[in-house]
Amino acid sequence: MTALQAWLDTPSVTIVAVGALVGVAATLLGTFLVLRRESMLSDAISHSVLLGIVGAYLLTGTLDTPLHVVGAALAGLATVVLTDLLVRSRRVKQDAAIGLVFPALFAAAVLLINVYARDVHLDADAVLLGEIAFAWLDVVRVGELEVARSLLTMLVVTAVNLAFVTLLYKELKLSTFDPALAVALGLRPGLIGLALLSLLSVTAVGAFDAVGAILFVAFVIVPPTAAYLLTDRLWRMLAYGSAIAVASSVIGYRVAVALDVSIGGSMASVTGAFLFLALAFGPRHGLIARALRRRAPQPPPAAAGAGTAAVPTAAREGVDTRTPAPALITTGGGR
Amino acid sequence: MTVVAGVHEPALALHVEDLTASYAHQAVLWDVDLNVPPGVLAAIVGPNGAGKSTLLRCIIGALRPNAGHVYVHGRPYREQRRRVAYVPQRTSVDWDFPTTALDVVTMGLYGRLGWFRRPRRTEADEALEALAMVGMDAFADRQIAQLSGGQQQRVFLARALVQDADLYLMDEPFAGVDATTERAIVDLLKDLRARGKTVVAVHHDLQTVATYFDWLALLNVRVIAQGPVTEVYTAENLRAAYGPRVVLLGATEGAPAAAAASPAGGPPAEEARTPVA
Repeated sequence: MTALQAWLDTPSVTIVAVGALVGVAATLLGTFLVLRRESMLSDAISHSVLLGIVGAYLLTGTLDTPLHVVGAALAGLATVVLTDLLVRSRRVKQDAAIGLVFPALFAAAVLLINVYARDVHLDADAVLLGEIAFAWLDVVRVGELEVARSLLTMLVVTAVNLAFVTLLYKELKLSTFDPALAVALGLRPGLIGLALLSLLSVTAVGAFDAVGAILFVAFVIVPPTAAYLLTDRLWRMLAYGSAIAVASSVIGYRVAVALDVSIGGSMASVTGAFLFLALAFGPRHGLIARALRRRAPQPPPAAAGAGTAAVPTAAREGVDTRTPAPALITTGGGR
Repeated sequence: MTVVAGVHEPALALHVEDLTASYAHQAVLWDVDLNVPPGVLAAIVGPNGAGKSTLLRCIIGALRPNAGHVYVHGRPYREQRRRVAYVPQRTSVDWDFPTTALDVVTMGLYGRLGWFRRPRRTEADEALEALAMVGMDAFADRQIAQLSGGQQQRVFLARALVQDADLYLMDEPFAGVDATTERAIVDLLKDLRARGKTVVAVHHDLQTVATYFDWLALLNVRVIAQGPVTEVYTAENLRAAYGPRVVLLGATEGAPAAAAASPAGGPPAEEARTPVA
């Protein structure tokens, strides 16, 4: 117990752990957001949840209630629903609709803070940049242990996100890949999408204290995008993305200490470095692999389905001529 | 309108009633009644913007119509999901999605599995069997972007086959596939019919509709005509659906015609040519 407490009392451990948990929690949801081509909804949500937090504060007079999680989830959903309404009016496109909604909600939150909550620790700097360096200062008691508040929060949020992605893996996959079939099979992709974005809102709140709104967006989008370049399997994309997020947190902290710069900013920069590496050295989609394939085109595979023949994406339409004609469909199957 | 006489709702594989759907106040489908008996290969044919895909999407509940009902084998669609397989347009999904051909076919079983349950070995075996039926079992582990258009369409068909449904709804199954695949899909559809299944497919090629299908619904926002292809496939009905510019090959007025629609534009011209068999 005391060894664990000593560990928890080490500022660097708390900071790295909080960064890693923010990264994993964001990556698990961000993977599906990136595949749905809705990445920028994370930017919108990470800003508009402030309105939910302020709303919860004005209702309860304190920041220490679980109610601000509910408020944040509602504000996140409001962003999505309002965006959807604007898009359905057919007067604005989706990107413009997102750009109309979240600054409005964020501005309302900022004004409410100015008018009603001037003396509260809810300033715009903290929202945008976070203060992970001080994460270890604010502790709560859990049984025998004293744990940093943001570490505890992110542990819970990460566990919830992990459970969500694990339990609803096939539902999330089908809703993302082929929503029409998901509807036809009765799997409610609309509901799953709203659950995904609600959890993203809650994660954004948890990440607020640690890394702020902007760096949160980096953790939602960059690790999944890097992982996408490294693999052709969804579960590996989730695993690689999470690994990149954890590594970014560890390396980012070291770099920040060495160079005496912002820890959150350093962590986010390292995710970017991983993206660059994936872009350059990815096995199939990487720039180097593509250049090599272009120089030495592969002969057509000897037999149908012999391994995974590397086919450059640019030449996908030509695949038909390079692979042997598949056997005709067998009729009279016993299904 | 050619409505099948004497059929009762439970006797129909698909019964669509008074269906009206719109995008932003513009009606895309207007008061559509569609009756498809079991055991036929039915084509839904009509010009671009006729609402063909919208009709399928309304049937499966992906779009909410302004009004109307859908019955499958006598019961509302929602109660009959397990008996219906849906094949969307190939271009409606992102083929760069990180997954394999086998995994896409397994998705057809997600409805049967229900919430939270994972596909296991049995499901993988069934999916592989379905892939074999479309001649794609050798490609099971391929990432789907590495397949040609025709191969992707076969994977989608295998996904419908694995559902072992009674009614198959297909959106443009022949769009963008090579001749080999087209031939193979036709054989597959005829095999389904031989096993008593019903297929309703959106189709855009007037030239092949009479040879591939035996039931036809002509759609242009409204249902122009429906029934056995031999009765519905007339010059008069085709003109009513496509307008006077439709080019009819070897057709005589009023008689069943083997026809090809001219793409929008081009002068109306009657050409004397033998029907394409």
